[in-house]
Amino acid sequence: MSQAVAVPEDMEQVYAYPRSLTQANSHYCPGCVHGIVHRLVAEVIDELGIREKTIGVAPVGCAVLVYNYINTDFVEAAHGRAPAMATGIKRVSPDKIVFTYQGDGDLAAIGTAEIIHAANRGERITTVFINNAIYGMTGGQMAPTTLEGMITTSTPGGRDHLLAGYPMRMSEILAQTAGAVYVAREAALDLAGIRRTKRAIKRAFLAQIHGLGFASVEVLATCPTNWGLDPWAAMQWAKENLGAFYPLDTFKITDEVKALPV
Amino acid sequence: MAKQLLKGNVAFAEAAVRFGLQAYFGYPITPQSEALEHLSGRMLREARVFLQAESEVAAINMVYGAACCGVRVMTSTSGPGFSLMAEGLSYIAGSEIPVVVVNMMRGGPGLGNIQPSQADYFFMTKSAGHGDFHPIVLAPASVQEIIDMMGLAFELAEKYRTLVLIAGDGSLGQMMESAELPPMQPLPALRPNWAVTGADGREPNVITSLYLVAEHLEEVNLRLQAKLADIRQHEVRFVEAQTADAELLLVAYGTSGRICTSVMRQARQKGIKVGLLRPQTLWPFPAQRIGELCEQVRGILVVEMSAGQMLEDVDHAAGGRVPIRFHGRMGGMIPMVDDVLADLQALATSLGLAP
Ligand SMILES: Cc1ncc(C[n+]2csc(CCOP(=O)(O)OP(=O)(O)O)c2C)c(N)n1
Repeated sequence: MSQAVAVPEDMEQVYAYPRSLTQANSHYCPGCVHGIVHRLVAEVIDELGIREKTIGVAPVGCAVLVYNYINTDFVEAAHGRAPAMATGIKRVSPDKIVFTYQGDGDLAAIGTAEIIHAANRGERITTVFINNAIYGMTGGQMAPTTLEGMITTSTPGGRDHLLAGYPMRMSEILAQTAGAVYVAREAALDLAGIRRTKRAIKRAFLAQIHGLGFASVEVLATCPTNWGLDPWAAMQWAKENLGAFYPLDTFKITDEVKALPV
Repeated sequence: MAKQLLKGNVAFAEAAVRFGLQAYFGYPITPQSEALEHLSGRMLREARVFLQAESEVAAINMVYGAACCGVRVMTSTSGPGFSLMAEGLSYIAGSEIPVVVVNMMRGGPGLGNIQPSQADYFFMTKSAGHGDFHPIVLAPASVQEIIDMMGLAFELAEKYRTLVLIAGDGSLGQMMESAELPPMQPLPALRPNWAVTGADGREPNVITSLYLVAEHLEEVNLRLQAKLADIRQHEVRFVEAQTADAELLLVAYGTSGRICTSVMRQARQKGIKVGLLRPQTLWPFPAQRIGELCEQVRGILVVEMSAGQMLEDVDHAAGGRVPIRFHGRMGGMIPMVDDVLADLQALATSLGLAP
């Protein structure tokens, strides 16, 4: 725990921990994007004034301990099952704000059925989906989102679609479901992108607050450790390569969501 | 409330509603789909939650989520669906939240068939998922008992914050019997303080089964085991009939237990002094009582619709003190009274007890 510093009387505080973020030291690697997105979620929760009625659903993946950082009620789901758990929570607690925070293995491999059906039912939940194109927690194996040719610990010769299929564009798929009201992809890889990501996350929470339907934000991210790159190089690599295959776009937005002031 | 003719599956579903079920999540599978169908309309009319999930995997995780909110929630399934739920059951056990699951067992392994079976005994009592835990397992033998056990299941689940399974079989689910339903219970106004309800005026509640430090997880394991020891001590339930003068003992549960009541009656008419012990809890198992009866009876006949699963628990309880015979049917076949009686007579003869 770092200590909160008292602000001297003749100074103005311009930056602080969001209320919805704990001050626990993070376990993330240098250059990892999880910490950035945790903060964005916490800022959005603060700005919307919903901390006291928010319930998070943690994934299995590097963000498994997200409840140590985001300071709301939380449950820890089994790998990929967060959308099903969130469904159970939201259905019996319709007045609460329920969100899942999931990686690409969690959401796009083992939990594909759960996310697609939650979206298609139009569950009033918000999903934050971190796409780092790899399985971070288990040591860098191929994810469904791993790019062709990318070397991982389980694609030593690079991902070959003949052997391992093609990278999957999940947001484009989720946007096909009738129950989704907002599906966007952003990249938290530079300041402008981080700002855009926050706006998208806010919109996805607002869609839920207004009871409109399922909303998700995919965030292009890094995994410097498992990509074997330093943090800066990882950010640049992600922008060039992930950005090329995974276009940053809003794949679905209903008029009602569009009309919400963000 | 008056008695009425009720199908087992509808009876347990309706009983659950009356005992305060607040949410049901399920996936259709024979031979229990009538429960899901009944609840699909009933729950919505009561302004409660019903949802048909995309799989049993999703269903149990929806149940898990709702249970974390501190409401009465359940699902029901049969063998293949129960297999898919094992992951969720383990997480539920690990995070110590109350959940009730009904498994109307059918023939297996694999897709097997839709006829009655008791072949999920090991699975339900010994290893309903990875890691060290036991659910409480209740075994009804009639439509009335399924109704009564629904109430008991919720009570025990909440009292111990544990997983409670109801081990029925296809014939119990499908049979129609006259039974009495409980009156409608009011729903609780408040949710328990451990539930996730939003951290309003308190520290956040986190419900997890993750403990990365070995010492911490072992502490959790020890606490869980202490709770299970407590359950073992206080929650053993069984029905005993005609054991006072018994020289032989039938041990059977559920549908097999019912059949053995007829076997016992006919055997008594033939002068065979036989009693019956029908476990109502498969876990915790009435091992102690069976052990005591081994001081009195000369032999035991275990009857199951499986290759002999509860048999191992009876064997363990008996500790080699008396010979044990087994009568089992599989594949969806139900033991016939005459066949069991013949086995019982053979046991009596082998022990020199034949009249
Ligand atoms: C049922 C199950 N299978 C496998 C695992 C092992 N496992 C843990 S995390 C993970 C992948 C996580 O990758 P991702 O969702 O991309 O998240 P990241 O760690 O990259 O943030 C796997 C396979 C598990 N915990 N449970």
